[in-house]
Amino acid sequence: MMVFLALVRRELGGVFKSWVGYVVMAVVIWQVGWSLLDLISRLSGTSVVVPLPQLFYQSLYFWMTLLTTAPLITMRSFASERASGTYEALMTTPVGDVQVVLAKFAGALAFYLLTWMPLVAVLAVLRQVAHEPAFLDPYTTSGAFLGIFLIGSLYLSMGCLASALTRSQMVAAILSFMGGLGLWGISLGSAGDRPAIGRWGPLLDHVSVVRQMTDFAAGVIDSRHVVFLVGGVVFFLFLTTRVVESRRWK
Amino acid sequence: MDATPIIEVIDLVKQYPGRTALDRLNFVVGRGEVVGFLGPNGAGKSTTMRILSGFLPATRGTARVAGFDVFHEAEEVRRRIGYMPENNPLHLDMRVREYLRFRARLKGLGGRRRRQRVDAVLQQCGLTEVQNRIIGQLSKGYRQRVGLADALVHEPDLIILDEPTIGLDPHQIRAVRALIKELGQKHTVFLSTHILSEVEMTCSRVIIIHQGRILAADTTQNLERDLALDGQVVAEMAASVDAVVEAFRDFPELEALDVAVVDDDFVRVSFTPRNGADLRTPIYEQVVQQGWQLRELTRSRHSLEDIFIHLTKNRKEEG
Repeated sequence: MMVFLALVRRELGGVFKSWVGYVVMAVVIWQVGWSLLDLISRLSGTSVVVPLPQLFYQSLYFWMTLLTTAPLITMRSFASERASGTYEALMTTPVGDVQVVLAKFAGALAFYLLTWMPLVAVLAVLRQVAHEPAFLDPYTTSGAFLGIFLIGSLYLSMGCLASALTRSQMVAAILSFMGGLGLWGISLGSAGDRPAIGRWGPLLDHVSVVRQMTDFAAGVIDSRHVVFLVGGVVFFLFLTTRVVESRRWK
Repeated sequence: MDATPIIEVIDLVKQYPGRTALDRLNFVVGRGEVVGFLGPNGAGKSTTMRILSGFLPATRGTARVAGFDVFHEAEEVRRRIGYMPENNPLHLDMRVREYLRFRARLKGLGGRRRRQRVDAVLQQCGLTEVQNRIIGQLSKGYRQRVGLADALVHEPDLIILDEPTIGLDPHQIRAVRALIKELGQKHTVFLSTHILSEVEMTCSRVIIIHQGRILAADTTQNLERDLALDGQVVAEMAASVDAVVEAFRDFPELEALDVAVVDDDFVRVSFTPRNGADLRTPIYEQVVQQGWQLRELTRSRHSLEDIFIHLTKNRKEEG
């Protein structure tokens, strides 16, 4: 456990000691800010009956944020250590491959969650402005955060895999961005909150992260979504471990 | 003391696509030795060290550290080695003390022992004064010491150093060599280098590797003696070419003689001895007997290049 925590701390420290961490935080704050303005302008128009978080996640802002920040956060994980050679120093200590992968993922996840903290402030502001506690009930809010956590985890695990595949951070970021965009693109095929049509409709509905996020933001915690997302994280981290181990077969 | 050799390498082969990096390597390093692994760039030194540290697998063959197989018991092996990879990769954004504490944690050192060991290696490697500096802002010499301190922090049985003095200035090289020499008093050290003088200064034994094969493995003294086979003596004396040839015509143990005029009065003579004999004293005596002036008398030392040419030549002849 001591080793795991040391590695996670190192990951977080590395993010904050590089420009990447601050750029990502700036991007998130900027997008959350814009989404707030957008939301207020929408609210000041027609009356809305859906809970606020749900409205928020139907906008593009959340997806823009996720698609751009997840690759930036995870591109460093393995690629930078391999490029600088510290990877060799790390992998010749008595630390297991699985532990390294989990620690890199946990470090990325911790930073990702930290970047979403401004959203708490935004929701607090909205609550003040809206004068209507029902708009921000704990169920929809916690559902929304669970969605941010789980879908974010899936994107970050994908990013970890991309970073383990190459020693170039740029390539890692591009691979991870393309993967994330692909998954999001498939989700659009299911048309968001409407049931998808056609032969592949039901399947698209199941893998649609947009649909999942909409459900979470509405306070609906569907166990199928949770299983899909957790399963996806385990799958990508398993692949990452295999890639890390692969140097031992070469 | 444990009698198991600290390093045991048996028929080690490492093949990369289209290239054999190591070709049936065999050697043993005993506990307490300081062994130099000498070879030109691309000889297979780093590959061997990476296999020993459990970072890379071998294609065939066995390598054991302290009796543990480097592949099947990699974790046990890693606990027992302190490894400084080539180019000494460090987290440049960390402070010296912070980095060593981090590395000590990874190597399983907890609480008070970690503090004690970090303090000890900071002192041992002369880093106490810079312990709060950011590694990226340190000179290369200091960074090298940080790498050494990292290799030492968990008191490993074996220290593996891949080219520990590469890229340092002469002053830094001296400091790092002195440190390695000091380490050798307490630890088993296996270090790679392509500089012969480094081995002479720091190691008790040397293994010479070339194109993935071991050419020689012996103590530095024995190697030098064996390789002094054609250890030439160069002398500059005030005499004519003919007089020199005449004076050394029937000289015992002399294989060949080469005379060249240097300036008006002096000639430069190269003496090639037979069977590695040291010709300096007899030459001096002969010059004195002839009443010539002598302004230089040197026995040429072997450079790494000479040794390689010699060893590879022998190999070709054998083949």
